[in-house]
Amino acid sequence: MDPVIELAGLSVRFGNREILHNLRVALSGRTIGLLGPNGAGKSTLIQTILGFVPISAGSANIFGHDIRQQTRELRALIGYMPENDSFIANMTAVSFVRMMGELAGLPHDAALERAHEVLFYVGLGEARYRLLGTYSLGMKQLAKLAQAIVHGPRLLILDEPTNGLDPPARQRMIRLIKEMKQTGSMHIVVCSHLLRDVEETCEEVLILKQGRIVHYSNLEEERRANKRFVELETVGDEKDFAGALTALGCECVGTGLGRLKMVLPAEFELREIYRLAAERDLQLRRLNYRRDTLEDIFLKAMEA
Amino acid sequence: MAVYKRTYAAYQGSFTPAWSRFLILPRYSFARLWQSRFLVMFFMACFFYPLGCVGYIYLANNLSILSSFGIPEPLGNVLKVQPSLFLYFCWVQAAFTYLLTAFVGPSLISPDLVNGAMPLYLCRPFSRTEYIAGKMSVLVFLLSLVTWVPGLILFVIQASLAGWEWTKANLWIAGSLFIGFTVWILMLSLLALALSAWIKWKIAAGGLVLGVFFAGAGFGTALNSVMRTQYGTLLNLTEVMFTIWSKLFRWPEDTGISVEASWICVGVVCATCLWLLVRRVRAFEVVK
Repeated sequence: MDPVIELAGLSVRFGNREILHNLRVALSGRTIGLLGPNGAGKSTLIQTILGFVPISAGSANIFGHDIRQQTRELRALIGYMPENDSFIANMTAVSFVRMMGELAGLPHDAALERAHEVLFYVGLGEARYRLLGTYSLGMKQLAKLAQAIVHGPRLLILDEPTNGLDPPARQRMIRLIKEMKQTGSMHIVVCSHLLRDVEETCEEVLILKQGRIVHYSNLEEERRANKRFVELETVGDEKDFAGALTALGCECVGTGLGRLKMVLPAEFELREIYRLAAERDLQLRRLNYRRDTLEDIFLKAMEA
Repeated sequence: MAVYKRTYAAYQGSFTPAWSRFLILPRYSFARLWQSRFLVMFFMACFFYPLGCVGYIYLANNLSILSSFGIPEPLGNVLKVQPSLFLYFCWVQAAFTYLLTAFVGPSLISPDLVNGAMPLYLCRPFSRTEYIAGKMSVLVFLLSLVTWVPGLILFVIQASLAGWEWTKANLWIAGSLFIGFTVWILMLSLLALALSAWIKWKIAAGGLVLGVFFAGAGFGTALNSVMRTQYGTLLNLTEVMFTIWSKLFRWPEDTGISVEASWICVGVVCATCLWLLVRRVRAFEVVK
């Protein structure tokens, strides 16, 4: 698959301070998570991709377009939802989204039609004639999403999309991101502090720390790889049970009090565990997959 | 796609040419501005003086009408259309545009900065230059409608009534009207936009548009008195413009500063305002 975002030694400086240092990565996932602590350079990376910040060294390509040479063409392909409040208070949502559509190049009438469509799509259909200044925080987030997708971008950049949302609104935002991902017409970059949001929506994750890439992983692959870790809590003769599992290719370690940790071989089916336990009249009190969560990955990356 | 269908679909239609997009901003700005009843009334009031001038020109070229009202002919002969009529027209309309700018100008950029809307404009295929051009065109259109457009209409009316000989001899008035007002509009628009960009509070920005002229005049006069010079007058933008207009309309008036110095002063003011605008109109705010 052709990379969506390709960074080749990208560095960005503000005066004497280097904000991004020699970033090299090729991201091609449908949804890409951008993680990092405050001051890691996430927002600067987004602003660089959008052409707001000049590059001091290296290069960056989006869909094969150089962001320095073809900024205008690139911006036509990108939809951006900023982190902070960004709207025009004395405009109705439909006027605002329509204007943003027109600025992206949509003709007058098409922009109006698209504005209605996307406002209904994000769930602001009933409130689309209200002034944006009267919107709640959650509604403003949705209006920002609407303006970002009105022109049908190929790359959607969402900077903290669930910022300040209550749980139902957050769920709604996550659902919208998943739905847009499934349409297959756009790639999405999600920049968030909330690991759960990234874990729920992203296929790839890039972790930044102090302007450097400290970890890149394909979450789908990690999930598949870590599926083999299992923790068991048993009552009965766990030594014999562990021996039987070892005979089937599992790596078992007893941690005492009937607890077992094991790594399952690639082709191993979980029903074998239940079968062996039943044959030995062994009670299984607890069974859970132990896999690295994104939080584990993030914390490891931060410690590196 | 129908409105009720709530699934996301990418836009597949055509796009407008890039050069025309800066005109989107004035369209939305005008839609918002005309919602103000005060602005509509004030805008209408800006045409009272040009209408009076039309009446004056008509009467000056049709003295027989005055005679029919019993006004003696020698009194009617006082009515003459001279270049000074157009200079006075410039003065009166400039005063109106000054107030109009103080009312309209601050609402152009400051709301976008206050609400953090700059990234939304500039993340699209839309440059800072287009943004400034779009915002400036609001003032340029509006001020043109009350300055050189009616000025040239007055000239055409006078030309049609006075005949070809008058037109040939006074064609320079049309050029002076256009150039004089264009410079005034340019300076006023840039000043208003720069203040709107730097002062987020609309009322304060509007007050400052007015204040720049009054404070400049006061400071200039003080400087002239203290330093025993005439160059303090360059801080008085009203006098600077009057010097330029006097020269354009061949009016013998000495303001104490040369026309060249006045042109340089206008150039410096415009360049400074443009620099201030470019520094402020950015996708993100630099916090030091």
